[in-house]
Amino acid sequence: MSIILTAKKVTKRFGGLVAVNAVDFDIPDKSIVSIIGPNGAGKTTFFNCITGFGKIDEGEITYNNVPIHKLRPDQITRLGISRTYQNIRLFADMTALENILVGQHLFLKSSWMSAVLGIPKMRAEEKYALAEAQRLMNFVELKGRGDMLARNLPYGAQRRLEIARALATKPQLLLLDEPTAGMNPRETEDLTDFIHRLRDDLGITILLIEHHMRVVMGISERITVLDYGEKIAEGTPQEIQSNQRVIEAYLGRGTATEGMDKTRQRFVSRN
Amino acid sequence: MKKENFLWTSSKTGLLGGAIAIFICLLGMVEIFNKRYVIDELLPLGIFLLLATAFATGFIASRRAQEQFSESQPVYNLITGALGGAIVGILLMVLIIATDQINLRNVFLNASPTLVSILTFGRGLSGVWIMAVIGVAFGFFGGAFLIVPEKYRNPILRSLLWSFLLALFSGLFRVVLINQGSVFEAIAKFLFGTTGLSLFGAILIFASILFISMLSSSKGSSVRQRITQLPKRNQVILRVVVIALIVYIAIGLPQVSGPFIAQVIVILGLYTLMGLGLNITLGFAGLLDLGFVAFYAIGAYTVGLLTSYGQFGLQHISFWLAAPIAVLVAMLFGAFLGLPVLGVRGDYLAIATLGFGEIVRLLAGSDFLSPYFGGPRGIIGIQKPCLGFLESFIKVDTPQVCNGIEFGGPKEIYYIAVISAILIAFIAWRLRESRLGRAWMAIREDEDVAEALGINLIQTKLLAYMLGAAFAGLGGAIFSTLVGSIFSSSMQLIVSINVVALLVVGGMGSIPGVVVGTIALIGLPELLREVSEYRFLLYGIALIGMMLSKPEGLWPSQAVLRELHHEVPIPETGSSLAPEVATPE
Repeated sequence: MSIILTAKKVTKRFGGLVAVNAVDFDIPDKSIVSIIGPNGAGKTTFFNCITGFGKIDEGEITYNNVPIHKLRPDQITRLGISRTYQNIRLFADMTALENILVGQHLFLKSSWMSAVLGIPKMRAEEKYALAEAQRLMNFVELKGRGDMLARNLPYGAQRRLEIARALATKPQLLLLDEPTAGMNPRETEDLTDFIHRLRDDLGITILLIEHHMRVVMGISERITVLDYGEKIAEGTPQEIQSNQRVIEAYLGRGTATEGMDKTRQRFVSRN
Repeated sequence: MKKENFLWTSSKTGLLGGAIAIFICLLGMVEIFNKRYVIDELLPLGIFLLLATAFATGFIASRRAQEQFSESQPVYNLITGALGGAIVGILLMVLIIATDQINLRNVFLNASPTLVSILTFGRGLSGVWIMAVIGVAFGFFGGAFLIVPEKYRNPILRSLLWSFLLALFSGLFRVVLINQGSVFEAIAKFLFGTTGLSLFGAILIFASILFISMLSSSKGSSVRQRITQLPKRNQVILRVVVIALIVYIAIGLPQVSGPFIAQVIVILGLYTLMGLGLNITLGFAGLLDLGFVAFYAIGAYTVGLLTSYGQFGLQHISFWLAAPIAVLVAMLFGAFLGLPVLGVRGDYLAIATLGFGEIVRLLAGSDFLSPYFGGPRGIIGIQKPCLGFLESFIKVDTPQVCNGIEFGGPKEIYYIAVISAILIAFIAWRLRESRLGRAWMAIREDEDVAEALGINLIQTKLLAYMLGAAFAGLGGAIFSTLVGSIFSSSMQLIVSINVVALLVVGGMGSIPGVVVGTIALIGLPELLREVSEYRFLLYGIALIGMMLSKPEGLWPSQAVLRELHHEVPIPETGSSLAPEVATPE
């Protein structure tokens, strides 16, 4: 399997704090990979490094063999990486449909001049974009809610709209930051299926941060564990579940002997 | 216990109303406004303000008491209303006595004998009781007004308001009607006095508006509803007729209204242009620009330099060529300003742009650049636009001769201003509906996320600056040809603040809101010279009032309207991302 994204010795510092420390990381094409770790482990920071939100201090990130760590976020998105956010960041005062249309910005080419003049080509493009946005709305089960302001959508719908907006940029690699946060078990299960479909039907590679251990273990092909900015383990769900260092990181030293079952219980009950 | 409470409540309201009344008096509003009549020779505006204060105090006092005193008995309403009004009256009495007996003028310039004479209706101290009686009476009316069933209350209030507005702007209508001659002149003389309405006019207008609004409210359906009920064909016809009527009035207006009103409308047009420009940078893209007047100045100076026949004229081209150049130059400066401040956000951006506005003004007026821009003496002798053949330039201080129609004064420039404003509004509307408009709004909402969705921030923000600047530049270009001269001293910071204020009042991001805001904040003070004395007080009140009661503005943009429409979130229907949904691709 080919590798879609490679991080080599990525380091990110905030003043004296090393948020991400020399992390090596590979994402195979068309895979579902998770990053887990205790709060403050540097997971979201690592996401931000990939999407260009913060420039990395050392190391290198390549995407399809193109170095991307010096690019601006919009350029990285143009290459095919898209993301969602831990705390939903929709354009709250725009409608659901407009949110998705913004995501399509990349593919619309008409200049402001043609918009003012209203030339047919631009009209056709807008019409196409609108149809496309409607289709994405249907895809995430938000049919008929296009005219609602994003802020007025219920929580679960907002999460789905955010994914639809990310999909509008036609990504090859989709980064999901805690997509099931705040969802009930039913919604969580639906979303898990949905993520599977994204990969199976659309061929999108998925990288997700998730606290919900049942989701992580069920969905991921590979898991990377971060703690204090360092990668402490990597492997299949089975390998991670029995990894001593991971258990220590989550529960503290000395409790490791209590075994993984308890660990898992803890994760599940927490969510 | 309870009874005490509700009397105290109405007294408190009375004290507040009284404080407002005294404030109005001491600011000199009563004195200045008294030169204008609401009803000719009977009710001057200054006194009207005090009466309205007493009335409103009575109404509010009685309503507050009613809320506290759950069982509503009309007698209590009347008592509390009268009490509130009485306190206003008594406080005014105190003011009269104090003004008469003590020399307050060291502190309050307007606490003058004239004020005493106005408040006592010329009777001196022996007439002190009049205000108290009036206070009680109007407070009583206010309380009584609350007893009137709501069905009648709204139409009455509405007709009072419209009659008042008509009275305020009676000068306009009078001039227009008299210019029409014959029958219209007779009507005008019947309805209007020299200022304000005539007594008969006031009664007639009040009654007829009341009649109409009662009629429409009793029928139960608004005009808008009834129009949408019409068959499609008739709707189209109605629309065409209305548009044709508006166009007809717009074309004919300056000819019948005279130069003053035309000039006011031109100024409204210019502020609309600036407002539309700032609406792009601030309303759409969320970039606060407090130095917006700079682009106005740049547009004005460019046209000045290119067309003036005075000593600073560089070229002597026609306005029609100079205006587009001015727009381009303003756009260029928009980019020039935009580039360095692109990375600056929020409040810092406001400060940076504020600086830019001042720099442009100071440079234009500086001695250093006076060989080019005339320094404080400005550029004079700007050629008027000429539709036809403009003869070539002969010598300094000699206007070029226009063989054709010359747009010599406000009555002609009116057309340029109005057409430009309409054109620019159209462009702004098209831009908002485009992908660029969406990108601006996305940046306004969340810059980081917008960038992560593939929007090039630099390019998009720069375009917002440039297009905003272009609109303001066009405004400046028309301004310079309207006045015929430009001075750096007219490019004050206050112009920028006016534009921001009119956006806030009209509704941020809303295109019709710009027009409404311009009329409210710029038109009103232009038409009512007395009000322009208190322009900033009015702005302050308007802005605070808007923030408290209607933060979305007078004419909010579609998005905000939609939000109001969907106030109650639709409950989540059993959400599922079931696989039976058709997959994309």
